[in-house]
Amino acid sequence: MNLWIWLLLACVLAYAWKLVGYFVPATLLKDPRMSRIAGTMTIGLLASLTIVNTVASGPTLAADARLGALGAAAVALVCRAPFLVVVVVGAGAAALLRLIGWN
Amino acid sequence: MGLEPTETGTKAVKLLQSPAVRVGLSISIATGLYGVSFGALSVTSGLDFWQTMALSLLLFSGGSQFAFIGVVAGGGSGIAAMSAATLLGMRNGIYGMQLNALLHPTGWRRYVAAQVTIDESTATSSGQTDPDEQRRGFWTAGIGIYILWNLFTAVGALAGSGLGDPKQWGLDGAAVAAFLALLWPRLKGREPAAIAVVCALATVLAVPFVPAGVPILIAAVVAALIGWFSHGRSDEGLEPDVDPYDTHHGGRDKNRDTHRDLHGEGHGQAGKAGT
Repeated sequence: MNLWIWLLLACVLAYAWKLVGYFVPATLLKDPRMSRIAGTMTIGLLASLTIVNTVASGPTLAADARLGALGAAAVALVCRAPFLVVVVVGAGAAALLRLIGWN
Repeated sequence: MGLEPTETGTKAVKLLQSPAVRVGLSISIATGLYGVSFGALSVTSGLDFWQTMALSLLLFSGGSQFAFIGVVAGGGSGIAAMSAATLLGMRNGIYGMQLNALLHPTGWRRYVAAQVTIDESTATSSGQTDPDEQRRGFWTAGIGIYILWNLFTAVGALAGSGLGDPKQWGLDGAAVAAFLALLWPRLKGREPAAIAVVCALATVLAVPFVPAGVPILIAAVVAALIGWFSHGRSDEGLEPDVDPYDTHHGGRDKNRDTHRDLHGEGHGQAGKAGT
């Protein structure tokens, strides 16, 4: 139940961001700094989420099959594979590595 | 009266001849399809079916939705998940400003337009030069993705809940791959790659010392500080996950340039940012 509250709040705030764009004066668009922060934050958050999901196990760092998933996904992306293929390759790599004993 | 069906028929044919509508439809299918991976990962990271659907129906922004479930899957709190999703949603505000300047929606359309303001609908619209085409591109991609994204989220959520042990299927690896795939198109050039590396390092250093979920927020602060103090491209990181003008269109470079110009309105002034 607790999660529902934060989830719905996240939904409200997401819509608020979108809506704000349509109501602020257009002159704000001329200031490149806000747009720049929105961009660098997008890169930083996605990089952070990638690495957390790869090496974090709660409060400790671990090297396990997920590292293999990261490598395989990177190869798929270099080969310009579409999003869904990259995801399947990541899952396949992790599952396969577990099957041969690397957790 | 008897003529009406033919008239609507010709209208539909004409609409399909619009390049923006075509691009909008193909981007809808490409983006909508990966809603399957969101749905499946969401239920295996501990959200139930309706929580998963609420994210796709109400939050409706791929990166933020993945961020929310990514924090929850890592054992982070609800408030950390909400914060990560909200910080990642800031760019939609920038898109809203750009689209408002392009399309000038009025009345109730503004509120609907806001909900479907995401990377892909913005990119489809701003890749066109004719105002009518910009409008058609935005609405086709926005509404098309909304419908298909939700449909495929439901499919993924239903399939995912029957999977048993998610680790056996490598679904934690799928999450890693999904985040990397979201990050990838934004790493054009040396600077964004450097930002990504610095933020990844900050995350790894923070993991042992703070509660789960918080390292991601620390990385967000680091990234915001870099954005505040450095003077790079003002449209950096504002690329769509799936580029509508990449594979579907021959004139990629031409379209890409238009896209850049619109995104980088402040380009010439970037150097004056501090004044």
